[in-house]
Amino acid sequence: MNLSKDLMAASSTPLVLGILADGESYGYDIAKRVEQLSGGALNWTDGMLYPLLHRLEQQGLLAARWRVADSGRKRKYYALTEQGMNSLREQRHQWQLITQTLNRVWDDAQQVQGVDGHGQFA
Amino acid sequence: MANSPEHFDLEHQLEGWRTYLQQHRAISVADADELEDHLRAEIERLQRAGLSADEAFLIASKRLGKLDHVAAEYAEVHSRRLWQHLVLSPASTQPWWRWDLLLVLALAIAAAMAIKLPDLLGWMPFDDYRADLFYSRNMAFFALPFVAAYFVSKHQLGRQGWLFLLASSVVLVSVANAYPYADYGDTFTLTIIHLPIVMWFVVGVCYSGDFWQSQRRRMDFIRFSGEFAIYFVLIALGGMVLVALTIALFSFIGFDLEHLVISWIIPCGAMGALVVAAYLVESKQSILESMAPVLTRVFTPLFTVVLVTLLLTMLISGQSFDLDREVLIGLDLLLVVVLGLLLYGVSSRDPEQPVGIFDQLQWLLVSAALLLDVLALVAISERLFAYGFSANRVAALGENLILLFSLSGYAWYYWRFIRNQQGFAALERWQTAMIPLYVGWALVVVVVLPLLFRFS
Repeated sequence: MNLSKDLMAASSTPLVLGILADGESYGYDIAKRVEQLSGGALNWTDGMLYPLLHRLEQQGLLAARWRVADSGRKRKYYALTEQGMNSLREQRHQWQLITQTLNRVWDDAQQVQGVDGHGQFA
Repeated sequence: MANSPEHFDLEHQLEGWRTYLQQHRAISVADADELEDHLRAEIERLQRAGLSADEAFLIASKRLGKLDHVAAEYAEVHSRRLWQHLVLSPASTQPWWRWDLLLVLALAIAAAMAIKLPDLLGWMPFDDYRADLFYSRNMAFFALPFVAAYFVSKHQLGRQGWLFLLASSVVLVSVANAYPYADYGDTFTLTIIHLPIVMWFVVGVCYSGDFWQSQRRRMDFIRFSGEFAIYFVLIALGGMVLVALTIALFSFIGFDLEHLVISWIIPCGAMGALVVAAYLVESKQSILESMAPVLTRVFTPLFTVVLVTLLLTMLISGQSFDLDREVLIGLDLLLVVVLGLLLYGVSSRDPEQPVGIFDQLQWLLVSAALLLDVLALVAISERLFAYGFSANRVAALGENLILLFSLSGYAWYYWRFIRNQQGFAALERWQTAMIPLYVGWALVVVVVLPLLFRFS
């Protein structure tokens, strides 16, 4: 399934923050984890992840440092800052509100549809 | 054996990919490192899954996205970097550049003529006894409108831009020349000091290219102002050497050029240099762009030492609360210079750099300035109570109150930044949000204070 661009853009920040809440990580790992967690449905253009990481770093939500990875290459690791933690909490709240509301809307819609369907058949 | 040519090919491919990536000016070496690490990790994964090197490279680089799009995204995030390389990029074509240069030359000549025109037309000859009064109050209008005109044309602001420039210039010129100031009175001096600030903001609005709408362009303008000052001083120094040598050489062979120099070369040269300096900053090559950070790094520690020493001396000697007029003026001047240094320091700082000792120093500087400002405010209010209101005291009071507000914000955001509670962007936003406040007050001093104090 292809997600719309807007939805991808809106969800990318909480996804990145959420993944980094588990601990420090680097770009490639974050991209792979998003892919896995979404069962392959969320497939970012990987290159776009980095400007996003830099933006979050500028906003002070992430802190980054370079380290030499096991592969022998140097690698930039990102971690949540205190501000990032707060922001994540807030965004999580907002997203939960949206999904709850959507679920209720769709539950209602299903019931209405179900009744209608019955009516027609009977 | 079979693998080695393929392996070689992969490294070669990666190199080409990287070269292409780094052509984009928004992407730094560190960014390229990061992206390359990603690409290599993906290639390794694909190869482990059984793909050949070239297949893996193809798929991995495709997943990374179109490099141009990625670079555009980087440019969005790292506008400061792009600003350093913005102009005279190799892509710019020759005819455009020539046209631009011609325009600048024409504007520089126009600015140089503007200051001579009142003299040539006999309105206000240079040796008239009122010449000082006339030229000092109009100093901001000879060159700055032409600098602004350059940006209106360059950013294609169109009719709206020209109208804005024309209207604001006309209004300011009328105020400066129609107000019946007492000769060399306080309100007159205040106007001379504050008018260029207002006019410089008019330049800034044109410079921004979007009528001061975007945060990014506002920061660019602050950077521009700093670099502009450096360029202008350098040109002025060079000009002074040239003029001194010319006078000396001609006097050796029996010609006295002093009159020509004073009435033509210095005024025209200075006005033309303002336009040229603006153009040079806009079209800067990478020679001077490291000047701003270097200068702030040199002067911030020095100013911090001076301010802290001054503060301690005043507090210990008990002289803090009865400052006389001269000390107060000196103190305010110092605070304004510190504010300038601060503007400069914040705008030249790479927002991605982690918090360093320099930021702590900067915070110390702000705090010391803040305390000094409080002392100045106490002194001013005492003078207000003792001697009543005057144009100078009201102007000083307003300036110190604005400084208090502005510096408090700097101190607060620097503190949060140093403690890692907030990014540098918040500080930058505070900085640009304060600019209209400074200009607004300068406008009040120019327009309202003379009326209130009857042009004394």
